[in-house]
Amino acid sequence: MRSIIEYLREIVLGIWSLLKGMKVTSTYFFSPGKIVTQKYPENRKSLVMLERFKGEVVMPHNEKNEHKCTGCGICEINCPNGTIEIISKVIITEDGKKKKAIDKHIYRLGMCTFCALCVKTCPSNALAFSQKFEHAVFNRALLNKILNKPGSQLMKGVE
Amino acid sequence: MLPEIVAQNTSASQSVPWWKFFYDFSLLTQPVDVWLKGSVSPFWSTVIEMAIVGVLFLLFYAVVGLFLVYAERKVCAFIQNRLGPNRIGPFGIFQTVADLIKLLFKELIPIKNADSFLFNLAPFIVIIVNFMVLAAIPFSKGLHAIDFNIGIFYVIAVSSMSVVGVLLAGWSSNSKYSLIGAMRSGAQIVSYELSIGLAIITIVILAGSMQLSEIIEAQRTGWFIFKGHIPALIAFVIYIISSTAETNRGPFDMAEAESELTAGYHTEYSGIRFAFFYLAEYINMFIVASIAATLFLGGWMPFHVGSWDGFNRIMDFIPPFIWYIGKTFFIIWIIMLFKWTFPRLRIDQLLTLEWKYLLPINLLNVLIMAFIVLMGWHF
Repeated sequence: MRSIIEYLREIVLGIWSLLKGMKVTSTYFFSPGKIVTQKYPENRKSLVMLERFKGEVVMPHNEKNEHKCTGCGICEINCPNGTIEIISKVIITEDGKKKKAIDKHIYRLGMCTFCALCVKTCPSNALAFSQKFEHAVFNRALLNKILNKPGSQLMKGVE
Repeated sequence: MLPEIVAQNTSASQSVPWWKFFYDFSLLTQPVDVWLKGSVSPFWSTVIEMAIVGVLFLLFYAVVGLFLVYAERKVCAFIQNRLGPNRIGPFGIFQTVADLIKLLFKELIPIKNADSFLFNLAPFIVIIVNFMVLAAIPFSKGLHAIDFNIGIFYVIAVSSMSVVGVLLAGWSSNSKYSLIGAMRSGAQIVSYELSIGLAIITIVILAGSMQLSEIIEAQRTGWFIFKGHIPALIAFVIYIISSTAETNRGPFDMAEAESELTAGYHTEYSGIRFAFFYLAEYINMFIVASIAATLFLGGWMPFHVGSWDGFNRIMDFIPPFIWYIGKTFFIIWIIMLFKWTFPRLRIDQLLTLEWKYLLPINLLNVLIMAFIVLMGWHF
């Protein structure tokens, strides 16, 4: 007798849980307001990417054309596939000392896997990710970018 | 040729307004039949009528198959908070047409060491079985190709032949995935055939006839799912579950479990032969849904309640064809909801469900229904 009750209880509970699942899916089916798909080429003008989206590595500059990159080369060491190459130069500071500084921060977008190790390990927070994602170009050479702008300088107070 | 015939006959014999056709299609088919019998010999009139019906079924097959593939993609997308196909045509309705054109142009890859005769034959067996079942389905009042006196029996008997096509496809492909898929499919269809048969028998007991037109006529005072109350409802649930399994759709898609067997029995098929299997799968779903609509929800019969004559009259204004399509697509929607809600069963769980749960309940249900009919406790 007990086994029969157990058998029937199993059936009722099974049907109940199946109906619960179907309730969830049919709620989603009948609420088209929840659809998250974006119609991309049509909404290109109004498209806002998420803040955490990893589009490409950039080096933010302030309005005086200053960046935070000291040219230490930690990003180059940490990059798993050789995307970043640092070319440094020696400059003479105001008080007459010789100092290492960035000449070219070369970033090869075509080799980047967007792992964010360079951004995470940068000691002076000089790198960041932009939300730009339309990277297609007709020439592969255009994918090799120099991140520091021409004539830019190290920001004051960043060592 | 067909519109001319209609024009001649309707204007000559009796002037029937065109909208009457939607309520009784025999007004359209009867004059055509009379005209053909009068103008050519009986043999040729039969041949021409069969050709017309065949062409109509071919068109119907293609349109419904393509629409169901599209509908499946849309339903799946809405359940998963996506938009689904939306590029080709308004709301992407021509997506499947484009897919079909692509498949038509693709190469038919010959398989080395495959049994080429059986390999080529298998998709046609599946398709032919589909057509044979479609012939017995009542689409609307007077729109019924063959009305056998054992209609529902014929449908069960013929539809179970499609497993032959599946097994042949798996066997002749000379691939382990195909063979395992086909064997699983065979085991599944053979066991769930039993549940479908018993669920149908429950309704045949209530209707007192196997002829589909009579089953529908018996639902003039109320659909069987309301007339037969509890046992009919149980039979309906069992029918829906086992027909989902019978058509090899998820959560019972063991036969083509894409994570384990790539695509099951049609792994080795390409181009239009693959399209045949794919379309046949969806038409199978349409067939089981329309049988469920016919047996439990009254087929093309409008929603009638006993002796409420005024209410029944209002319901009769909606054409029977609309009722039929509406009910069928409602059941198809339920079956699609199953697929996109539940996870796939293991093969032992599948057989446990059938032999330990559905079959005993079903046998008991047949007994209860027979008792209720005997005592006259139905509505």
